[in-house]
Amino acid sequence: MIDLSIDIAMRQGDFVLSVRDTASVEVLGVFGPSGSGKTSLLEAIAGIRRPDAGEIRIGDRVLYSSQQKIDLPARLRRIGYVPQDALLFPNMDVRANINYGRHEAGEFESLVEILDLRSLLDRRVTMLSGGEKQRVAIARALMTRPSILLLDEPLAGVDRERREVILPYILRIRKELHVPLIYVTHDEAELNSIADRVLRLGR
Amino acid sequence: MSAETWAIARFTVLMAGLATVLVLPPAIAIGWLLARREFAGKTLVETIASLPLVLPPVATGLLLLWLFGRRSPVGQALDAIGVEVIFTWKAVVIAMMVISFPLVARSARAGIEQVDRRYEDLAATLGAGSFRILRTITLPLASRGIAAGAVLGFSRALGEFGATIMVAGAIPGRTRTLAVGIYTLVETGREEAAWSLLVVSALLAFGAIYLSNRLVGQRGGV
Repeated sequence: MIDLSIDIAMRQGDFVLSVRDTASVEVLGVFGPSGSGKTSLLEAIAGIRRPDAGEIRIGDRVLYSSQQKIDLPARLRRIGYVPQDALLFPNMDVRANINYGRHEAGEFESLVEILDLRSLLDRRVTMLSGGEKQRVAIARALMTRPSILLLDEPLAGVDRERREVILPYILRIRKELHVPLIYVTHDEAELNSIADRVLRLGR
Repeated sequence: MSAETWAIARFTVLMAGLATVLVLPPAIAIGWLLARREFAGKTLVETIASLPLVLPPVATGLLLLWLFGRRSPVGQALDAIGVEVIFTWKAVVIAMMVISFPLVARSARAGIEQVDRRYEDLAATLGAGSFRILRTITLPLASRGIAAGAVLGFSRALGEFGATIMVAGAIPGRTRTLAVGIYTLVETGREEAAWSLLVVSALLAFGAIYLSNRLVGQRGGV
């Protein structure tokens, strides 16, 4: 269950992104057209972009608060982030990518199993397809045992006909690992199949 | 190739190699600082780091001569622990390091600037601290630029003359490098010996620049 509370304002090119939401759900969908600040919102939660003002809380953990002058560094937030282009480290193979944020032993095998990565482990990341990159990036993020997993349009880089191939993996994570998700997309149909609640951004 | 030419060539390559290895850590540190951090006085650091590139090497040599001489605190401190620098091989290495520093630091900076910062940000969300990110992400991804800088610095060190002759002199068998050797041989009327040093210099310079260009040319590969 996510117990997330966001109330932030962020300059975003020519407009100010202002988000206010409190959610207690397993999968929060974030919907909006491109340029509406979906990625910026995820980056603010992950701690790699600082809002101009406001507060972000998960449960009773304050991640950011302009008033209390709190800005927890990304490395201490325990938030799994999977960007749209996966951003796998090009100087490492798949196995090293997954193990980068390794917390403790044990997790690796079950993640490789759930995300079906066994045959990819020794590949170079440049040799992977879009969907494979996403699965590796999801495993890498989950290895840190995050309190939330942020997925930024995980199907955007995947061919339409292969979408059915990655969505079940995401549903499996939700079901088997009980990791709360924030799922960003600009595809309404995708949201209906996964999100419990939808936060709509517009400009 | 005469034994003398061979000894000078070997000595020069050894000193330039040592200077390159020793200059890499500080040059990478400054390159990283300039590429990745904003701080007060950044322009000043940038300017000082580039100075040896524009200052006449002889002037840099004079500064080093003063710095390591008995009248400066540094020279006195070294003297107190029995370390002699001036007119020894150590002075050759130091002169080469100072002169090649801006080239290595600039290449390192350019190499680091080319690394997509989003990789570093992502590594932070996986729990990595600044030093681990530098070691496992930034430096490996910038390695081609840094290697090209090292080769460039090495070639600059090979040809170093002005600063070397000021702080290290031209003592045969002790501090005489290729560049200094050519000059002193011509000065003493041994032009033929100077020519064989010239051939060696040209071959080394060609090899180093060729390697550097190959490294830079392949950069798009990752």
